[in-house]
Amino acid sequence: MTTSLAEGSATLVNDFSIEVATVNGSGSQTANNVLMRTIFQMGVPVSGKNLFPSNIAGLPTWFQIRASAKGYVARKHDIDLMICMNPETAKEDVAKLKPGAICIFDEPLKLDSLRTDLIWYPVPFQKLVTASCPEPKLHKLIKNMIYVGVAAQLLGLDMAEAKSAITKQLKGKAKAAELNHVAAQAGYDWAAANMPEQHRLKIVRDDKTRGQIMLDGNSACALGAIFAGVTVVGWYPITPASTVVEYLIDYADELRKDPVTGRPTVAIVQMEDELASAGVILAAGWAGARSMTSTAGPGISLMSEFIGLGYFVEAPAVFVNVQRTGPSTGLPTRTQQGDIELCAKASHGDTHHVCLYPANMEECFRFTYDAFDLAERLQTPIFLMTDLDLGMQNWASKPFTFPGKPFDRGKVLGEKELAELKDWGRYKDLDGDAICARTLPGTPGGKGAYFTRGTGHNEYAYYSEKPDDWTKLVDRLRRKLETAKSLVPRPVVDGEDRRGILAFGSSDPAVFEARDLLRAAGKETSYLRLRAFPFTAEVDAWLEAREVVYVVEQNRDGQMTALLRDFYPQHAMRFRKVLHYDGTALNAQTLVDQISGYEK
Amino acid sequence: MTTAAPSAPATNRLGLTKQDYVGSKSTLCPGCGHDAITAQIIAAAWEMGLEGSKVTKLSGIGCSSKSPAYFLNQSWGFNSVHGRAAAIATGTALANKTLKNILVSGDGDSMSIGMGQLVHLIRRNVPVVYILEDNGVYGLTKGQFSATADVGSTLKHGDVNEIPPIDPCSLAIELGCGFVARSFSGNPKQLNAILKAAMAHTGCAIIDVISPCVTFNNHDSSTKSYKNAKDHDYPVHDLGFVQYNEVEEVEIRAGDAREVAFPDGSVVSFRAVKDDYDPTNKLAAMQAIHASKAKQEFLTGILYLDPQAPTIHHFCPTVDEPLATLPQARTQPGPEALERIMQGLM
Ligand SMILES: Cc1ncc(C[n+]2csc(CCOP(=O)(O)OP(=O)(O)O)c2C)c(N)n1
Ligand code: SF4
Ligand SMILES: [Mg+2]
Repeated sequence: MTTSLAEGSATLVNDFSIEVATVNGSGSQTANNVLMRTIFQMGVPVSGKNLFPSNIAGLPTWFQIRASAKGYVARKHDIDLMICMNPETAKEDVAKLKPGAICIFDEPLKLDSLRTDLIWYPVPFQKLVTASCPEPKLHKLIKNMIYVGVAAQLLGLDMAEAKSAITKQLKGKAKAAELNHVAAQAGYDWAAANMPEQHRLKIVRDDKTRGQIMLDGNSACALGAIFAGVTVVGWYPITPASTVVEYLIDYADELRKDPVTGRPTVAIVQMEDELASAGVILAAGWAGARSMTSTAGPGISLMSEFIGLGYFVEAPAVFVNVQRTGPSTGLPTRTQQGDIELCAKASHGDTHHVCLYPANMEECFRFTYDAFDLAERLQTPIFLMTDLDLGMQNWASKPFTFPGKPFDRGKVLGEKELAELKDWGRYKDLDGDAICARTLPGTPGGKGAYFTRGTGHNEYAYYSEKPDDWTKLVDRLRRKLETAKSLVPRPVVDGEDRRGILAFGSSDPAVFEARDLLRAAGKETSYLRLRAFPFTAEVDAWLEAREVVYVVEQNRDGQMTALLRDFYPQHAMRFRKVLHYDGTALNAQTLVDQISGYEK
Repeated sequence: MTTAAPSAPATNRLGLTKQDYVGSKSTLCPGCGHDAITAQIIAAAWEMGLEGSKVTKLSGIGCSSKSPAYFLNQSWGFNSVHGRAAAIATGTALANKTLKNILVSGDGDSMSIGMGQLVHLIRRNVPVVYILEDNGVYGLTKGQFSATADVGSTLKHGDVNEIPPIDPCSLAIELGCGFVARSFSGNPKQLNAILKAAMAHTGCAIIDVISPCVTFNNHDSSTKSYKNAKDHDYPVHDLGFVQYNEVEEVEIRAGDAREVAFPDGSVVSFRAVKDDYDPTNKLAAMQAIHASKAKQEFLTGILYLDPQAPTIHHFCPTVDEPLATLPQARTQPGPEALERIMQGLM
């Protein structure tokens, strides 16, 4: 195993983890991203996890960076280099390190007296910042860039890349970028002159990230929506979902202005709450717009009555759910796959909704794009299920490809089609796929108007309490889910082994790594990555061929396991729950430990 | 076409008869105030010559909210969920700004469960004719008090309301609504004029219509009964409404009438009945409402008017065409745009 230094003093090249402990609101986010980006720009696969509190300023925050030549981008449990900038957590931060780890710390904290089995690098940050920055009120911010310089020198990072990362990070702010260049260089120079060299952790230039982009999942979703031609957005701010719409606003500003009039081709309205957001997008979808919202679990709870209405009257809309840790306010800045059952069955009565589970940046982009086609094709709410880990952390990715095909606007009858049709009924299933042709308000010609109602209705949308009309209607809605199976993304399958791992969404990187670790321990596995609900035939066939299925999910109750059990009771005996729900991103070792535990 | 027989029904500017504006048969209680309002919506839409295909009929849940099914069969209806028709109107307006939205709600639907949405609908000035059919009770759930029930009003089985009511009109004025009116389902002439003016208004028009519930709240002690409303209805003015396409031909009587024009050219004329009511003076309007309340009167008419107030389409200035039907070429940036963004993220 290639983990911490404790197991030997060989040099770990492009394969170790860094943790930076700072105070929320101190501007450390920029510095941490620069550190991460510098490694990325040197061609080394890298991932970053910002563990931030639900607070604007003052509480502790940690940033974990993992460099991995093998491309393991899940969170790593053990830390090889610790940078202690927060006096409040410094003792704890140091206590959790394994022997042999390196620790850079703010000199006055005098941490080196705490343990003798670590490699200590005290740095006089205040002195360095005073010398490098003339403006005292910027010292707090600039101090962070000094540790970037120190770490760069220690790890062998290329300062030219660090500077270009700073420029990128502070795009458009030339003066700030310059100040930060100076600070990083000061840290670098001081380290070169004063710190003993180390040979344990090194970054060496590679080419594994060439041509890649780096962004967070919320940006990817926003781009997906922009390129899907979203026209109406109703939303209400909530962490970790807010930036989906905030980025969308920025992108729309650049990309969605009518070239002739300069006016926007998308309406984005911050509503008074999530109930109103859901109502706005369902009505907009009903009236023919491509509509969406972005929210997290508490918002979905509020939207639930409307979601049932949307399902029942068959109105299209896209709901992005960036899941966080619940119930209640829970841990609003931590990650979880906690709304799997909630969204698959949101609202009262018999309801089922199409849910998409992207696992990486390309899928965040593409599935958001696809969600609009699905919503209009199936005339129903579609849920795009990401989480804080995907949505708010930065990830490397292949660049997105342009989805060069016509939008699927679904079955919409215009004036001409209506004139030709003899006996149109809004809820008449003419094609046998459980999807009925709709019309849009405003269609001229005097035909096609209908009355949309949340009450029981017949094929002509007239009010009906007849038992037959009701069962016919809800059975057709159920059949629509069958049709959905032919449209949603198929699962991704790898390996043939009878020992199977089933996972979805942000668990993917940890599963990728865990399978290697299990293989090294003599345990072969096969892997099915679910990408959508309803489950398609491939899932059934794959489950059928397994002896045991480890269902990996990031919640306490095994929510996906429950759904699978519901649809495949015949396979239920072979399901083993592998769970992670402490709010942190999943790491491979947790999976290995739990799976090995089952096989003892 | 044969020449018009003497018995041919009257037609409006689109050549349509009033019959072309009706809906399905009402299933409300015979004598329900809501049905009288429906009759005036039909009349006003016909007289205005609204194009059915360009109209939506939106509602929440309640007896009142059922009524969109009873008018304008040629239009698109959306009977949604309790208290949330405001969001439906907002979404519809954003998706297609060329539609005329008529919303029917109840006092329970608007002033209790839907209060939050109503307030923000007004604040955003979403284009909608918002008809609040106000009977002081929850009709559909069999007669519980609503938030507009007056102190001292009693329920059928004797309960007395002690909690002060919310007045939709003063609330709407306070929130900056550009069209605030009150009427009574038993005063068809005035209601008709108000509805037509509201249909000409480009922003959010709030119309509180006292509409007795004959089944649960029509005993004489109820302030929202037919008897009470008839006895205490004090119109602030005689209303005249002249539609934009008739402005040229019709001469508005001079004298003591005051006129306010809508952006489309339509004109309302106010002939003062009480004092010298000025419907464009917010403070005076508030004062008059409070004074009449103190005297236990219902002040009716157009209580406040500001036809020029910016609407949601001013705050959200999307292209003129309906967003709903913009072609892909106008809503999808090209591959070079994606390529440029990808380069920036490298
Ligand atoms: C979420 C929800 N809660 C409660 C109800 C039950 N409900 C239906 S109509 C209504 C009150 C309607 O009162 P109002 O809006 O005044 O209409 P009216 O029947 O008096 O015209 C209530 C409470 C519901 N449909 N939905
Ligand atoms: S219960 Fe009242 S409000 Fe409802 S229909 Fe009957 S009279 Fe009208
Ligand atoms: Mg009522």
